[in-house]
Amino acid sequence: MSVLKAENVGISYKVNKQWIGAVREFGITVEPGEIYGIVGESGSGKSTIARGLIRYLPSNGRTEPGSRIEFLGEDISAAPPAQMRNIWGARMNLVPQNPMAALNPSIRIGKQIAELIGAHTDLSREAIMDRVIDGLERVNLADPEKLVERFPHEISGGQQQRVMIAMALSTSPKLLVLDEPTTALDVTTEAVILELVRDLIKEDETAAVYVTHNLGVVAQICDRVIVMYAGEIMADAPVYDLFYKPLHPYTIGLLNAIPQPGQTKRDRPLQTIPGRPPSLADLPQGCVYAPRCPLAIEICQTKPPLEAPEAGRLVRCHRWKELADGSINPRTVYATDEDAIITDTLDEEREPLLELDSLYKYFPTRRTVQDIIKGEKPSPVRAVDGVNMTVNRGRTYGLVGESGSGKTTLSKVVIGLFEKTGGEMILMGVELPAALRGRDRETLADLQMIFQNPQNSLNPYLTVGQSIRRPLMKLGGLSRTEAETEVRRLLKAVNLREEYATRYPNELSGGEKQRVAIARAFASNPMLILADEPVSALDVSVQSAVLNLLARLQKDRDAAYIFISHDLSVVSYLADYIAVMYLGHLVEVGEAQELHQPPLHPYTEALVSAIPIPDPARREDPVLLNENIPSARDIPSGCRFHTRCPRKIGAICETDAPPWRADGEGHYIRCHIPIDELIEAQRKTLPEVEHS
Amino acid sequence: MIRFLLRRLAFFVLTLFLTSLLIFALTRVLPGDVAQVILGREATDAALEATREELGLNEPLLVQYVDWAASFFTGDLGQTFSSPRRDINELLGARVLNSGRLAALTLLLAVPLAVTLGVVAGLSEGKFADGLISILSLSVVSLPEFVTGLFLINVVALGMRQLPIIQSLDWWFPASSSINPNATFSEALPFLWLPAITATLVLLAYVIRLVRAGVIEELKKDYVNTATLKGIPRRRVVFNHVLRNALIPTVTVIATSTGWLLSGLVVIEFVFNYPGLGRLLIFAINNRDLPLVQAIVMVTVVIILIANFTADILYAVLNPRIKLA
Amino acid sequence: MDNIQRIVQGVLRFIRQLFGDPQTAVGTTIVLLFLFLAFFGNALAPYGANETGDIPVSAAPSTQHPFGTDTLGRDVFSRVMIGTSSIFQKAGLGTLLAVLIGTVIGLYIGYQGGWIDEATSRVIDALLAMPALLLALVILGVIRNLSLEQGSLQFLLARNSVLLVIAVVYVPIVARVVRSSTLEIKTREFVQAARIRGESLGYILFREIFPSVVPTLVVEASLRFSYAIFLVAALGFLGIGANPPTPDWGLMVEEARGGNYNIAPWALNFPAAAIALLVVGVNLMSDGIKNIVQKSE
Repeated sequence: MSVLKAENVGISYKVNKQWIGAVREFGITVEPGEIYGIVGESGSGKSTIARGLIRYLPSNGRTEPGSRIEFLGEDISAAPPAQMRNIWGARMNLVPQNPMAALNPSIRIGKQIAELIGAHTDLSREAIMDRVIDGLERVNLADPEKLVERFPHEISGGQQQRVMIAMALSTSPKLLVLDEPTTALDVTTEAVILELVRDLIKEDETAAVYVTHNLGVVAQICDRVIVMYAGEIMADAPVYDLFYKPLHPYTIGLLNAIPQPGQTKRDRPLQTIPGRPPSLADLPQGCVYAPRCPLAIEICQTKPPLEAPEAGRLVRCHRWKELADGSINPRTVYATDEDAIITDTLDEEREPLLELDSLYKYFPTRRTVQDIIKGEKPSPVRAVDGVNMTVNRGRTYGLVGESGSGKTTLSKVVIGLFEKTGGEMILMGVELPAALRGRDRETLADLQMIFQNPQNSLNPYLTVGQSIRRPLMKLGGLSRTEAETEVRRLLKAVNLREEYATRYPNELSGGEKQRVAIARAFASNPMLILADEPVSALDVSVQSAVLNLLARLQKDRDAAYIFISHDLSVVSYLADYIAVMYLGHLVEVGEAQELHQPPLHPYTEALVSAIPIPDPARREDPVLLNENIPSARDIPSGCRFHTRCPRKIGAICETDAPPWRADGEGHYIRCHIPIDELIEAQRKTLPEVEHS
Repeated sequence: MIRFLLRRLAFFVLTLFLTSLLIFALTRVLPGDVAQVILGREATDAALEATREELGLNEPLLVQYVDWAASFFTGDLGQTFSSPRRDINELLGARVLNSGRLAALTLLLAVPLAVTLGVVAGLSEGKFADGLISILSLSVVSLPEFVTGLFLINVVALGMRQLPIIQSLDWWFPASSSINPNATFSEALPFLWLPAITATLVLLAYVIRLVRAGVIEELKKDYVNTATLKGIPRRRVVFNHVLRNALIPTVTVIATSTGWLLSGLVVIEFVFNYPGLGRLLIFAINNRDLPLVQAIVMVTVVIILIANFTADILYAVLNPRIKLA
Repeated sequence: MDNIQRIVQGVLRFIRQLFGDPQTAVGTTIVLLFLFLAFFGNALAPYGANETGDIPVSAAPSTQHPFGTDTLGRDVFSRVMIGTSSIFQKAGLGTLLAVLIGTVIGLYIGYQGGWIDEATSRVIDALLAMPALLLALVILGVIRNLSLEQGSLQFLLARNSVLLVIAVVYVPIVARVVRSSTLEIKTREFVQAARIRGESLGYILFREIFPSVVPTLVVEASLRFSYAIFLVAALGFLGIGANPPTPDWGLMVEEARGGNYNIAPWALNFPAAAIALLVVGVNLMSDGIKNIVQKSE
């Protein structure tokens, strides 16, 4: 019997006294041991349906009459909360996105899990505690006896999410709903959690619904996938079919918008989906995707039915047959951005722009009682701890590392938001003053920054035009009228219409805001732009357009980028060179395309192998790292990475700082293992990369 | 824990120091000639000089401050300046006790009631009970304490005394409001309850609003979803999870309301002619008795700071998120 | 200028929203009514504030004297009307002054951080340790005993002492609210972008940060205003904020209580009701403002 069988589910929210259909005509059937993915961008309704399926909607939400949700053969679509309370926790559990918020901050971890078990069993206190500890052991948490006594804030994010998983599995539920459980975690931790979830679900024969925006995660963990758009199912297919035989233009668009491992901007530009998702209050007539679909024809003005091209597959598109029989080539559905094609090569030597020479940034910490007793100075946070780096004109430098590696601090020291503690910064042969107020107008104009969060990077009380005009006048020295003209030119350069100049940020979508932020950064005609996670807050379909835009603007304006990202596939797509940072210093520097082949620093190797590859055929076991990242206050001796290194060779790693090793072609690795041995060892483990 | 305590203690001492400076500045520096202020415009030069001598006003300001602060911290508050000259220590002792009783009774009445109403309102946000409690607290908060107090005196106390049934309840409505300084709590109760109700009304709305906001905020948190999805009954979600977190800040609320309460008491004691610290302050101001004003204000501030300090400690003890190590 | 137009539009929309919800509409109407009296009460009052002449003593409310007369034979209706202006002057202007000064301090220390912030915050803590009424009482108690030269600056300040005291006691509160709001806003990336452009301190504080503080500030200001009315009334009642025979609402209540209440209860009831009504109005309006601000965020 299927664990969950839903048909024709509709969910609406009451917004401003009006019911808005957030999910329409949804259906799903989940079997025991099956992981069913629901993938979509923000606003697609994926989280809403996840909550709807377990009948847990916010107070302004309702399940439409006519919806049918069968759980273990019983229709629960209209079950009152009292009835659901017998099911929740006992047979149906949720793993939410943010474990820190989902755990009660003032209750000990053991007690929180025990409460769930206690509510659904008649076990004694001791028996419950035993089960709690068993559960924590199952999710590979060390020292569970001690862990149960701790409070949620005392453990790391990865550990918190394991606690949530242990809790969700503690009553051996029949259905597990996971709502973006790894989105808030580092890629290395994500890899660990994904593997854990997959193993446990298969072992327990639990049915699972896995909601995510990340196609890589889908490929790695799901058996079947539903693709949602604007509240409707676009496609429903086994994971292989979805990736290898996509029958919906939207699926194709998503797949072509993400960089494949090893793909760089020099190979080919990413394809982009034009436009933006419709507002749920104002859906298009006919196919909801038609306004953005390059294949849309007249018939698409009528709503396409959800059809079954073959058993076990569904697709909602008038033109799936042409895609199925090959008369439309999925590779050419979307136009390639010709302007974003890069033709130059890295062979051409460019002159240095910015040189960092043993750059340091320490943050002082408060003195503890122990410090006072011992009469010691408190050890500072060594956020940037001796970085040497050269940035050449017109090139892109990808800076990668886990959170806490110091990459953002480094960029803020360069831009002047933080003042360096030591070392030198040379910009075009001249010492770069540490403080912003020490920098003259030209220097200020030469360095600009693009921020992560488009929501906050524009002042909500200034129009787009005002935001872009300010640097033009202040740094560019343009008159008001000249600046107005230039604003229009810049808007055009970032593919926005002129009338955007009079709009306020709240009238713009996330991708549009980021374009404005890019236009503002380019307004002063900078030599170097520091981009701190500029696409990580954006949806996939928008992300690729912004990446292409950055590539094109670099080509046109010859600006250098320092591009910071936790997403290695994005970095290796856009960057020419990569610098890998760990605990305040660099461990590897080299060309971006070398990132996917040996030799690699063992840390880089772990980062690379942790990327969830958007290809279900490639589910290699990642190199798993433990999550105990040492504190930047207390950096390990010898090689900083030795506490987590899977390739540690012995005591030397703990005592001696490793040397920089060069492969003779501009690739440097800071490791005790010689280059040849690294190549030898990694050839066996690293996934093959096809270059297209 | 030690470190935390030391830090809070340091804040306490620092704030006390700054406030004492402020009070000193207000009462010694701002008036220009303190002796003139105390003795009035018609005072003779000789009298002025004598006063200056007694209060040490001819010394440099720094010396004056140190003397004043030192005498305060050694517990010698000096003498009142208005006749009959009395020992401030003695005078304040009785008044602090009276005000303390009033404050204690008020807190006893107000806190449980306000917390209950606040929790009920928060849990039923936007529903009937919430609306009712909101209107109630809005109307209470809109009445100045002297208006409520006068209403209670004129309508309840005086009005009731005229009803035949109530006349037998003389104990509840004593004809005068003079309390024997050595009265026990139960002896003092008849004089206390009307002012206490007035003060309760003042506090009520303030605490209700904060508790309600706290409950609503906690209800929105993700852990409430986790708890609900455990399938446990609603009341357990509320008591074990929501209130546990929502009521921790209430400790701070009650402490901050002490300041609120004490200033409310100034007016209330004046209205009811209740012999507490507040009425003494008005008396001192009207009689230009600066040493007495200083002493009363300092004592009040110390009480408030101790309340805040205690609340900080309690908050930290109750809240595991604050690291005590 | 698109900015001025936007501000005007914003204000108009705000006023429309104020009248959009019945409770807020009632509150706003009450406040506007009293504001009208504050400006024109003096001219409209049928009698002078201290006019006695032929007026009967302690007369019950009648068509002649809608609120009755007090024990000295003054028309209570006229006194309440004329008193409106004093409460708005003291509480309203005092609040406004506190908001202006507090905003500048809060913006500055919140943005600068470091020891300036630390030191100022400690002073604010110390000031806040003293309840507003107590602080006001001490300051006023001292000031009113000073002998000042007519026409001197000190004299002028002392004459407006209640207004100034309201400002003094509320500056730290406003500063603290603005500071905490600034602390959050300054981490937003548009502020960093402005710093990177090398913008001046004034530009960053007032052009970049201040607009985002305004919503919080409006809520706080309306709340402060209602407390200020309380404070002014209480000071008048305690006989320290106003001297007889000023038609101050608080003072009127004080003068009419005790034995006088048995003779002319209306002389107490009406000014007390005026205070309560104004505070109800301000509270309703401030609740409404809070909702509007929260909704727009």
